[in-house]
Amino acid sequence: MLREIRIHGRGGQGSVTAAELLAHAAFIEGKSVQAFPYFGAERRGAPVKAFARVSDEPILLHSQVYSPDYVIVLDPMIYKVVDVTEGLKKDGIVILNTVKKPREIGLKNCRVASVDATGIALELNLLVAGSPVVNTSILGAFAKATGEIKLENVLKVINETWSGAAGEKNAKAAELAYERLIKGWEDSA
Amino acid sequence: MSKVPKSRKDLPLTPLSYPTFGSMGKTGSWRTFRPEVDYSKCTKCTICWVYCPDAAITRQNDDSPKIDYDYCKGCGICANECPVKAIKMRREEE
Amino acid sequence: MEQTIIDTANHLAGYAAKAARVKVVAAYPITPQTTVVEKIAEFVENGEMDAEYIRVESEHSAMAACISAAATGVRTFTATSSHGLALMHEALHWASGSRLPIVMTVVNRAMGAPWSIWPDFSDSLSQRDTGWIQFYCASNQEVFDTVLQAYKLCENEQVFLPAMVCLEGFILSHTYTPAKIPSQEKIDSFLPPYKSGWSLDVDHPVSHANLVAPDWFMEFRYSIQEAMENAKRLIPEIDRDYGKRFGFEYGGLVEKYRCEDADLVLFTMGTMGSDAKIAVDKMRKEGLKVGSARIRVFRPFPMEEIRKLIGNAQMFATIDRHISFGMEGFLATEIKSSLLGQKDTPKVAGFIAGLGGRDVSSETIEKIAKKSLKWMDTGKVEEETVWVDLRK
Repeated sequence: MLREIRIHGRGGQGSVTAAELLAHAAFIEGKSVQAFPYFGAERRGAPVKAFARVSDEPILLHSQVYSPDYVIVLDPMIYKVVDVTEGLKKDGIVILNTVKKPREIGLKNCRVASVDATGIALELNLLVAGSPVVNTSILGAFAKATGEIKLENVLKVINETWSGAAGEKNAKAAELAYERLIKGWEDSA
Repeated sequence: MSKVPKSRKDLPLTPLSYPTFGSMGKTGSWRTFRPEVDYSKCTKCTICWVYCPDAAITRQNDDSPKIDYDYCKGCGICANECPVKAIKMRREEE
Repeated sequence: MEQTIIDTANHLAGYAAKAARVKVVAAYPITPQTTVVEKIAEFVENGEMDAEYIRVESEHSAMAACISAAATGVRTFTATSSHGLALMHEALHWASGSRLPIVMTVVNRAMGAPWSIWPDFSDSLSQRDTGWIQFYCASNQEVFDTVLQAYKLCENEQVFLPAMVCLEGFILSHTYTPAKIPSQEKIDSFLPPYKSGWSLDVDHPVSHANLVAPDWFMEFRYSIQEAMENAKRLIPEIDRDYGKRFGFEYGGLVEKYRCEDADLVLFTMGTMGSDAKIAVDKMRKEGLKVGSARIRVFRPFPMEEIRKLIGNAQMFATIDRHISFGMEGFLATEIKSSLLGQKDTPKVAGFIAGLGGRDVSSETIEKIAKKSLKWMDTGKVEEETVWVDLRK
């Protein structure tokens, strides 16, 4: 089984780090992994993409990701200017950082999940240079929405990457995002 | 924005770029936070206009600032530099 | 202690330079190479690596500094890409002619104009005549392993030539994958300290690479050619030995995949060689007898290995990630050259793909293979060189 993930974010928001952490968590669970940025010049604030592959078999592929199984959107404004569902596999899942509920987002032909990761960052005062950190919390949301990685491994990887207070805050953000994620395809949404 | 060629035959000898207004499109869509000016506090010192790195603030005839939200990227420098804290950064509405 | 890390090929090249106990690094930054030397700078700064890091003002100076450092008898490393490599051009000739075993990571990036930051082999392949050994890697693990193998090879007294370890920009350089780093003890036993063939020494002054008149110049050049022939023999031995010690080997000069009974052999370099395996497996399931051969070493060119692959193949298809303007892809030319005068030679179809980072998927490689098979069946190669997926 091969799963491909595309992450949409803004330059400087940590999309590439999110891809790496996701890959790392999957690696702990015994998978073969790959993570890479959209290859090109990136500017702080501009829409950017990052990718990850998770597989049971060694990954020989080096080409770009064209049909992701999952899409993560780190910024609430991106899906208004970028087609985040491009190439998404049938019944693929899109996980968005937004205050809106899944049915309010209006993305067609996919399953939609949402969590207010920006809100969680502001709540925990998890900021870097004044900007809310959302790339770690979104991984907690990803774990809940897709079941592809376990929350405990997301937390493990976060704590291995950041020590002390930074590690704790980022891990807490991931836990909150896991709890608060709403799956649009479940009746209660 | 740039002209996308329809075919190989439309390509110039080598890529050529000419100065264009707003060539990256409306970068206001990049914002997470938007600056809002409280004109009752504003002293028209023009410091925000001087500091805006994207020239997204215009200086009106009366020296008060006007923010162009089509291009403002929400960097927050104006709010940071305002000596009377007349500019607040608010979370952009979705 | 052996460790598994998840990191980019660039960082792994840095880890390899550290593991090889390199003593001098002189480099200038250029996208997409920068993170190689940033990693090394980090190691030197925090004391993990006992090396002199020389910040130079251009790639030409970087190579000049490397030549000087290597000339004092120490293990030397650098890295560059694209126009940086081109800027070093005259110094590359000097390094090989001086018989200095410098190892350089070349993070492949297209030559401009137009400006590009994306990968193809136009940078390193346009330096194929400079007397440098050239390796082309297809994975992050291979990059780490090949830097170590390169030092072992280059410092062999039958070689004493510099080597480029090439890896595609972004595709490998910025892609995170797991890789194993063996223990330092095991690496030290594989790669003993460098013993130079000659060196500068203030106690025994000598000048080197001096003026040679026509009556002896050819003989000096011949010795470089001999060294290349020796390298051709040593590379598979070193690779096999490395495989026994560390569990990773790459087929020596050419990594062959399912070529034994192939009607069609696909020739690639770099990461396309990895994606080609996916295409081969898919076509084999359809009953098509296709194999793939990844040219791991371009200099010295493995002529004999190419000839061995003739087997019962009726068609060779070469996929070049660059073009020699006015002629064809280098792989195509050199493979055709290797076949001249041999018996029952297959036809050769040349394909150009992936220039300037244009993505080449296993589906694209399958398309190339199927076109070649069609020509094989009709007995006629319709076009000598095909530019794959070119816009109309």
